[in-house]
Amino acid sequence: MQDRNDQERSRPDFSRRDFLKGSAAAATATAMATQGSEETQAATLKTNVFAAAAQNVTLNVNGKNHTVKVEPRVTLLHVLRNILNLTGCKEVDDRSADGADTVMIDGKAVLAGSRLAIECEGTKIQTVESLRSGEKVDEVVSGFVKHDAMQCGFCTPGFVVATRAFLDKKPKASLGDIQKGLGGNICRCGTYQGITACALEISKGGK
Amino acid sequence: MAERKVAWKARKDNSLIGSDITRIDGVEKASGSAKYAADINTPGTLFGRLLTFKGGAGVVKSLDTSDAEKTPGVRAVHVFNGVGKEVRWDGTIVAAVAADTAEQAEDGVRAIKVTYEAKPHWVDEEDLAGATKSMRTKPLGDNQKGDVAAALKAAKYVHKGYYGIATISHMCLEPHGSHCEWDGEDKLNVHLSTQNVSGTGGQFAGPLGLEASNVSITCNYIGGGFGSKFAADQWGLACAELAKKAGKPVRLMLDRATELKIAGTRPSGFAEVTIAADAEGNITVWDSHHWGTSGIAGSTIALSQLPYCFDGIPNRNRKATGISTNTGPNRAWRAPPHPQLCAVTDTVIDDLAAKMGADSYDIFMKNLDKTPKPDVYAEEMKIGAKLIDWKAQWHAHGKGGGNGAVKRGLGMALHRWGGRAGATTCTVKVHPDGAVETFLGSQDLGTGTRTVIAITLAETFGLQVADVKVNLGNNSYPKANPSGGSITVGGVTGPHRRAGLEALWKIYDLVAAKYKVAADSLTAQGGKILSAGKAVCTWKQACSLLGPMALEIQGAGPKNDGLTDQGVGGVQMADVSVDIETGIVRINKLVAVQDCGLIIDELTARSQVYGGLIMGIAYALSEERVMDNKTGRFINADLENYKLPRIGDIGELVVHMYQPDSEYERGVVGLGEPPVISTGAAISNAVANATGVRVPVQPLTPQRVLEALKGGQA
Repeated sequence: MQDRNDQERSRPDFSRRDFLKGSAAAATATAMATQGSEETQAATLKTNVFAAAAQNVTLNVNGKNHTVKVEPRVTLLHVLRNILNLTGCKEVDDRSADGADTVMIDGKAVLAGSRLAIECEGTKIQTVESLRSGEKVDEVVSGFVKHDAMQCGFCTPGFVVATRAFLDKKPKASLGDIQKGLGGNICRCGTYQGITACALEISKGGK
Repeated sequence: MAERKVAWKARKDNSLIGSDITRIDGVEKASGSAKYAADINTPGTLFGRLLTFKGGAGVVKSLDTSDAEKTPGVRAVHVFNGVGKEVRWDGTIVAAVAADTAEQAEDGVRAIKVTYEAKPHWVDEEDLAGATKSMRTKPLGDNQKGDVAAALKAAKYVHKGYYGIATISHMCLEPHGSHCEWDGEDKLNVHLSTQNVSGTGGQFAGPLGLEASNVSITCNYIGGGFGSKFAADQWGLACAELAKKAGKPVRLMLDRATELKIAGTRPSGFAEVTIAADAEGNITVWDSHHWGTSGIAGSTIALSQLPYCFDGIPNRNRKATGISTNTGPNRAWRAPPHPQLCAVTDTVIDDLAAKMGADSYDIFMKNLDKTPKPDVYAEEMKIGAKLIDWKAQWHAHGKGGGNGAVKRGLGMALHRWGGRAGATTCTVKVHPDGAVETFLGSQDLGTGTRTVIAITLAETFGLQVADVKVNLGNNSYPKANPSGGSITVGGVTGPHRRAGLEALWKIYDLVAAKYKVAADSLTAQGGKILSAGKAVCTWKQACSLLGPMALEIQGAGPKNDGLTDQGVGGVQMADVSVDIETGIVRINKLVAVQDCGLIIDELTARSQVYGGLIMGIAYALSEERVMDNKTGRFINADLENYKLPRIGDIGELVVHMYQPDSEYERGVVGLGEPPVISTGAAISNAVANATGVRVPVQPLTPQRVLEALKGGQA
C-alpha cells in the first residue's frame, strides 16, 4: 500500500481500517476529489480512496515534477518546506490565519498549510522561489526591496506571492482593492506601508 | 601632517549616509532564499513537537511516554517536567518528541499519557481587590517628592482617573526555536532564532557539559524578536538533548499557541492617578498607585519612571503593587516599559487638559519644561501639528459635532528613549584586490544591521554599498552586543567607522609614498583616491600597495569620540474616527516626528518608525492576551483571535525624521524602540477627543469603547 497506482489501490489487503486511520483530513481530500461529474463519480471514488500509509505523490513545483512519498495527511506546506527544501513559504501557525504559507496553484493564491499534498497532484504549484532566477527577479520582489516592504522578512515571501497573484488577477488595483486583496496576510514588524506602496506602483494606482 | 581624527564626514560631504538606500539582503528576504532557523533542513533532520500543560496550575501526577517511544517514526522523547513537578501556567512544556516527520512527532505527543493534580490559580491582573483577597499581591515600594497634599489644596484644576494597558505577547512570526546538530560527541552546531548571537553559546555549553568553544551559534536571519529572544531557553537545550538521543539533527520550533503563552509577554499596567495644575495650566501634582503583573514573579512596571517624561512635576507620590499570576512570564518587549508608562501618563495629562477646557496641544507644550528635551519636543510638536493640521481640526473633547454615529478626534503624546551604542567589536578586512569585508557576531533583526554597516564602510572608503561584504550571524566572529534596547545601529556603525578610517589612513600613507603626494591631501571618493580633488589612483590600485596579505583592522566601541550618542525624543499625533454605535475605532492618520541623531539610512530608519506606528495601532486597538480566570487558560492564543492589524487597518501614516544639523552633529543614536512608545496614548487621546469619554484601558476594543460610552464621562 505504498504506492498510488490503480493496481496498488485495488489490492485485496486494502482495508477500511487503514483508510480510517488516514484521519479526517484524507477523508476530506477524498470528498473534494470526488466532486466530478456524475458518471465518473463512482470510478473516482474507487480510485481516490487512499490508505493512511505513505505513498508516492507527484507534484509539479516551479515547473519541475517531484515525486515524494508522504502520508495523505501531510500538507503541501510540509512537503514544500520539509522535503523539497523550498522554505520561502513559512509555517507561522497551523491554521493559515497569517498567509505566510501562500503559494500559487494554477496561478491562484493558496494557503499551502491548508492543502493536503495529495490534493495538489496534476496542478501547477508556484512558490516564491520561482520569482527569482539568479540576478533576475520578478517586479514584485524588486518592488518590495525598493519600497523596503520588509523588516525581519519572515512574512515577506508570503506577502510577495500574495501580491503577485493578486496583481495578476487585478492588474489595475486601487488602494482600496489592495487593502482588501492583501488582507489575508499578517506582518508583525509593521511593513504594510511599503507593501502598499509597492503594489500601488505596479498597479499604477489603479489608473 | 594634520592630526587624524575619528569623526563622521561633514554632512554635505556624504554621498551615501543620510540618503534612501535599499537593504543589501532585500532580495534574499523577498524571494524566500533567506534561511531562518525554522528553515534549516540538513539531511536527516527530525522534527520536534511539544506536549504542554493546558490549565492554570497543577502538579504532574503521572507521565507515561512508553507508547510515544514506540510510535512509528519517533526517535526520541525528552521530559521537561516529570512526575511531581509543578506546572504553574498555561502552556508550560511537559515533554517533547522528535520524529522523522512533523506528523509522526504529533502522533508521538498524542501517545503520551499524562495526568495532573489541579492547584489553585489566579490569572486576573486588573482586579486588584480580588488579587489582594487571594493573597496574590505584594507592595513594590512607594516614594514621595514635594508636598502633594498642600499642592492639591493650592491647585486650580484637579483630575482623578483610572487607566491601564493590557498584557500583550511578542508574537514573533518565526517562533522561538532552533535546529541542533551534533558533530561527534562534544561539538554542537546550533541554528538559533536569536537576538544574541555572541551571547548564547555559553547558555548551551554550561547545561550540556560542553566546552563553550565547541558550541557554534548561527543566525543569519531572525523572524522577529522584539526583546524576547536573548536566551538559549529550555526548549533550545531540549532540542540539543533530543538530537543527541536520536543521533540525528533536530529542528524544534514552538507551536503558535505555545509561542504566545510562554515565549514572552509585555507586562500589564493599571493605575489610579490624581493630577493637578495651577490656573496657568502648569502641572503641579502627580499622585499614582499602579499595579500589574509580569507573571508568577509578580512584579509590575518600574516605579521610578512615572510620570513618564514629565519628571519635573514638583509634587509627586507614587506607589506600586505587583500581582503574581499563573501566566507565562514577561520578557523585554520593545521599549520596556515605556509604552505602558506613556499610556498612563499622557492620557492623564490629556484628561487634565480637558478638565481645564484647554487644547491638549497647549497643555503638553506648556509643560515641556518638565521634560528632558523641551526644545526638541517643542519643534517636533510644531512639525507634527502642521502635518496633521491640528489647529484647524481641533475641537474640545466630544464637541466635534455631526449627527452621525461616526465621531472624529485628535490626540497626541510624546516619548523618550536612550539608544546608546552597544559594546561591539569587528574585524574589517581590505584585500589587496580592493575587496572589503567585515566580520562580527551581530544579528540583523530586520532593522537593517547589515545595510548600515555596508553604508558606513562604503562611505568611508568612497565605494558603493554593493562593494562591501558583511559577515554576521555567527558566534565565531568578534563579539557584538545583543540586539535589544536600540543599541545596535550605534553599536555597529561606530566600530566600523573607526576601523574603516584606520584602514583608510594606512592606505593613504602607502599611496602618498608611492605617488609622491601629501597624505593629508587625500580623500577617497567614487572608487578613487584623490589628492586635493584630483584623481591619484583607483581604489584597487591603492589596495594593491598592501602587498600579498589583506589589511586587517579591529574596530571597537563605543568610545567618547562623537560617533554615537544617546537620548531621543519623539512626538506622535493621531486622527481617528469612532463609531459610537459599534465601538469600532478607525485610524484616519498617524503622524510621527522622530529624532535619532545622525541617520545612516533614511529608508530603513523610516521603516522602523512605520513599524512602530503599526505595532502601536495593534496594542492600542486590538491585541491583548485574554486569560480566563475560571480555567486559568490563555484563550486567544492563535492568530485568528489574537487580533493584529492587517494591511487595511492602518490609515495614512506620515513619518517625519527630525534631523536638523544639531541632530546630525550628535552622531548615531538608536531608533528601534522609540516609535512604538507613544502611539497608544496618542490614539487613546484621539478617541477621548472624538467621543468625549475616556476609554480607560488599552487596547480600545469595541467592547471597551461601548462600555465607556455607556458609563459616560471617565
